[in-house]
Amino acid sequence: MTKYILKRFTMAIVTIWAIITITFFLMHSVPGNPFATESRKIPENIMENLMKKYGLDKPKSEQYMMYLKNIARFDFGESMKSNTETVNEMIARGFPVSAHLGVQAILIALILGPALGAIAALYQNKTPDYISMIISIIGVSVPSFVMGSFLIQFVARNVDWLPIGGWGEFRHTILPSFALAMMPLAQFARLMRSSMLEVLNQDYIKTAKSKGITRTAVIMKHAVRNAILPIVSMLGTTISNLVAGSFVIEKIFGIPGLGMFFTTSVFNRDYTLIMGVTVFYAMVLITMMLLVDIAYMLIDPRIRLTKEGR
Amino acid sequence: MEQVTYTKDMFKKAPKDSRNAEQIKRPTIKYWADVWRRLKLNKLAMVGLIILILMGIMSLIGPGLSGHNYYEQDYSQVNVRPNNEFWFGTDELGRDLFSRVWLGTRYSLLIGIAAALIDFGIGVIYGGIAGMASRKVDAVMMRIAEVVYSIPYMLVVVLISVVFSTAGSGTSMFVLILAMTITGWVPMANLVRGQVLQLKESEYSLASESLGATSGWILKKHIIPNTLGPILVNVTLTIPRAIFSEATLSFMGLGLQPPSPSLGTLANDGLAVMPIGLFYQILIPSIFISLIMFSFNVLGDGLRDALDPRLRK
Repeated sequence: MTKYILKRFTMAIVTIWAIITITFFLMHSVPGNPFATESRKIPENIMENLMKKYGLDKPKSEQYMMYLKNIARFDFGESMKSNTETVNEMIARGFPVSAHLGVQAILIALILGPALGAIAALYQNKTPDYISMIISIIGVSVPSFVMGSFLIQFVARNVDWLPIGGWGEFRHTILPSFALAMMPLAQFARLMRSSMLEVLNQDYIKTAKSKGITRTAVIMKHAVRNAILPIVSMLGTTISNLVAGSFVIEKIFGIPGLGMFFTTSVFNRDYTLIMGVTVFYAMVLITMMLLVDIAYMLIDPRIRLTKEGR
Repeated sequence: MEQVTYTKDMFKKAPKDSRNAEQIKRPTIKYWADVWRRLKLNKLAMVGLIILILMGIMSLIGPGLSGHNYYEQDYSQVNVRPNNEFWFGTDELGRDLFSRVWLGTRYSLLIGIAAALIDFGIGVIYGGIAGMASRKVDAVMMRIAEVVYSIPYMLVVVLISVVFSTAGSGTSMFVLILAMTITGWVPMANLVRGQVLQLKESEYSLASESLGATSGWILKKHIIPNTLGPILVNVTLTIPRAIFSEATLSFMGLGLQPPSPSLGTLANDGLAVMPIGLFYQILIPSIFISLIMFSFNVLGDGLRDALDPRLRK
């Protein structure tokens, strides 16, 4: 088991390195000058100083080594467009907001999604099944930005307590969290339904029933616990998708999170910020996937056994 | 009781040709015909298929139907709500939304289908080679695929679009498709490899091999035809993902170059005017995106069930 974790850990490091390298060379292959703007011309000596400040006068290989070293110290450099904040400061400001939103959305999806799927499976081909499947098919079909703008138009505009946008209080987080949670919620519900149906046909469920345990106990202790495993294995991808969703949701609701910084940096062509945020996101996501994999292994003894047997 | 006397002429000779007895009277149902038969029974999937066919046709002829083209700006007709002349209204620049939305549908579908087909091509080749190759080659190829796949999809898409598009003027369709396929092929490759590894061990592959077939022949004649089912399902589910990614990119200002619309850029433009009460401008493209995603999703699910009746619950 330690061997497996070690292997996965090495893979994660290699992947992060690959991303840093790809990001670096892609960003440095952008044609044109990062400081050039349409409106004003920068005098030559200022340009020289700028190039020096960001180390752009050195050869590419040296810049690359510098960048790797800085990243190893978690130093993402300075923003090319903002004079007041470094990339690190922006991440420190934006990430907690995004993380708050993301965690809330994941929790909503993790609580409601499997519940919806389990109910659908227990009432297979009856009204509750149809209702929850309709909800989940809408969930996977409606992109988060559509969901977000609909929530603003139909909920926020009519309910005074729920604001249209902004950030600060708990009530600001409700609508964006739901908009973000809809897609994973629906996916979890669909997955839960099919895995629950499979589990309910297993022999151990029959055994549990014939032992005379209450229906609730059978469902909660035997069926749900086993059926929820595929969902855990999907968590990594889900978190990654949530990040993509947050780019859009933060823009729609005007939330000052990392996604918003990323969107603005892309819009402004702030190359150091794009690089910094990309690498940071990649690090966070890959760490999450690693943790999910390890957690999955700890939860499911069957995987542990096969992995060791190899 | 009356005695029946059997005479010789009461008997007929049974046909000597016993081969006919084995003959199947009804025509055999081919594999795909059978799939189609089962798919037809799935109402939701058929609804999806019909919506997609209608959308496909309308995306071809729709832009020409309203009598206005998609790029002409008319400043006397700005932000007109849907009416008799402008069926879907006009946008901020006075452009006819009806033709823009159908053209946007065309571009969104094109991007989705092209991305899915390229994923399919690369995935089948890569996965096929990995599955047929020796253990070592397979392990190396799959490690590479694993690294590529753990790079978060959306980050790569954004990065590629940033690099290959010029600031402020949007992205070309080629770049959008490139961005989406650069890591998108991995699930397909994994799927194909898994199937190949499984089918390689099957009796008919062994039979073919013992008759002297090369591995390329076995791949082409036996393995790929048999993996087509799951691949088709995967393709159907890749298209909505690509359309969704394109829409997200548009929201980040990395959508198609104006004046060419896509459903994503149209929704993004609509978002800008939503605060001033012009909800129809985001509503219409949103409905279109959702309908397309819905249709592909139910069609994909239906296909999966039709291809593998055991999965149907």
